[in-house]
Amino acid sequence: MKIAVLTKAIPSYESSIRIDSTSKWIDEAVVNFVVNESDSYALEEALQIKEKLDNGSEVVVITMGSEDNTSKVLKDGLAKGADRAIFIKNEDSNTDPLTIAKLFADNLKDENFDLIFSGLQSDDLGSGQTGVLIGEMLGMSTATLGIETDIQESKIKVKRELESGWFQWVTLPFPASVSIQSGINEPRYPSLKGIMGAKRKESKVIDGQSGSQKQNFINLFIPKNEKATEKIEGDVDGIVAKLMDVLKNKLRVVS
Amino acid sequence: MILVVLENQRGNIHAFSKEAVVAGQSLASKLGMELSILCMGENASSLKEQASGYKAKDLILAEHDMINAYSADGYSKVLSDVITDLSPQYVIMGHSYMVRDFLPRVSAKLNLPFVSDIISVTYNGDTPAFARQVFNAKLATNIQSDTSSNTTLLSFQSAAFSSDDIELGGSDAASVFEVNLSNEDIKSISEPEFQESSSGVDLTTADLIVSVGRGIESEDNIPMVESLAEAMGAEIASSRPVVDMGWLPSYRQIGSSGQAVSPTLYFSVGISGAIQHVVGMKGSKNIIAINKDEEAPIFEIADYAVIGDLMEIVPKLTEELKK
Repeated sequence: MKIAVLTKAIPSYESSIRIDSTSKWIDEAVVNFVVNESDSYALEEALQIKEKLDNGSEVVVITMGSEDNTSKVLKDGLAKGADRAIFIKNEDSNTDPLTIAKLFADNLKDENFDLIFSGLQSDDLGSGQTGVLIGEMLGMSTATLGIETDIQESKIKVKRELESGWFQWVTLPFPASVSIQSGINEPRYPSLKGIMGAKRKESKVIDGQSGSQKQNFINLFIPKNEKATEKIEGDVDGIVAKLMDVLKNKLRVVS
Repeated sequence: MILVVLENQRGNIHAFSKEAVVAGQSLASKLGMELSILCMGENASSLKEQASGYKAKDLILAEHDMINAYSADGYSKVLSDVITDLSPQYVIMGHSYMVRDFLPRVSAKLNLPFVSDIISVTYNGDTPAFARQVFNAKLATNIQSDTSSNTTLLSFQSAAFSSDDIELGGSDAASVFEVNLSNEDIKSISEPEFQESSSGVDLTTADLIVSVGRGIESEDNIPMVESLAEAMGAEIASSRPVVDMGWLPSYRQIGSSGQAVSPTLYFSVGISGAIQHVVGMKGSKNIIAINKDEEAPIFEIADYAVIGDLMEIVPKLTEELKK
């Protein structure tokens, strides 16, 4: 079985996010790029399926973007156990999910993957559409927010997470594109042997040409504060004294 | 025309769909367009009954045996057919888990832009711009869809509009959309929805909640926050990453996939304030948030923004509370 895992390099949680001079994108120079969190769970799920099947299945880790931002992502995937990597090189700041999905679909269609796993959404643009769009473009069955999977004869059962603690099992015939929810498994760390071995694995580079976008960022902006927020800062004793005053005298939730 | 599509949630119109109706009514009135409401699939005729009072040009019913239960294959096919037939300018739904599951399929089938998880709309003359949060809610962006596109798909984040603002006074006009589905259209099989057995901890009735996020850094630090909750007489809760790591059980989780709460006080410790978390707690009457990152999005909705190191503040505050 051939399993694709789509991963994305996104700014780390600690990175400071600054709007650049075009006001349509962020200043990437001050950002530390890391693997999108739910993508790590998608990769782990694929690796566990490969190990469980133990039939020579292949896991291919795939990303798109500029070389500078994404190189760590593919190395990390290969070091953890993916068999090979595909890098779709594209320097454009694409923001339209359709344009992004089309780039993947066009460049992956000849691979004929049985399964495509992706994280449920990227923590940068957060549209949460890519996996489903690619699935439809390649004529695959689709499901989102998978929190458990079970591989059966030429099909996959996926436990979908719904709102407020509800769930649903769906059975999808191959080929299928499934987005994975965080928490589905415990993502592994790369072993030293894995890191060394990653250098010898195949990593294919494709030049990706993006088409026109059907939706565009007009401008990025810093969200306005909705409330009259009172800032509390300074030394720890001062902060604690102030908090005690708020809890006791303003909110009266403790006596 | 504008088309709002209603979603069924265990027999009733989904709360997000009611907000989508308000979004649709607002867009229709700003742009001088007519509004139709589509009741499709699961429980459609009952949804139509429930929506009969809403102000709209008409209600459209789309039923078929093969979509009596939700199916991404079936729903995306039927909605695509409706859009092809009616050519609405905008198709509007709530940003629910079901919409995330099937609306991108419609976008890809018909090559139409889908602007998802919108928080507000502004107008430049007759051209709407849709705002959505990006980069973990640290920034927002205004989005315009390509004017050459016949239809744009929209989904609205919960509470972007209030269902209290639904305009009533519907016409009785109704029509039936002739659904065409065959076995080849439906490849996947859905089983009934179910709820996992709960622990009996109902955070929705808690008056005080201390909630912990990834800023806690290690499982070893969880007891520190538990002591704070105990000293305040509060229930402990968490954001998703803490549950994903297995540091607290899933029934403690607040957010879109967990519980939605509105306590007197929500005391958040080391939570950045990602969208998925905030939708579950923004209704809290008072919010205190501790975070060392001054730009953490949680501060945008906090009444008290404590900028500092939780590892130092939490033990000292607990000690003071115990005195």
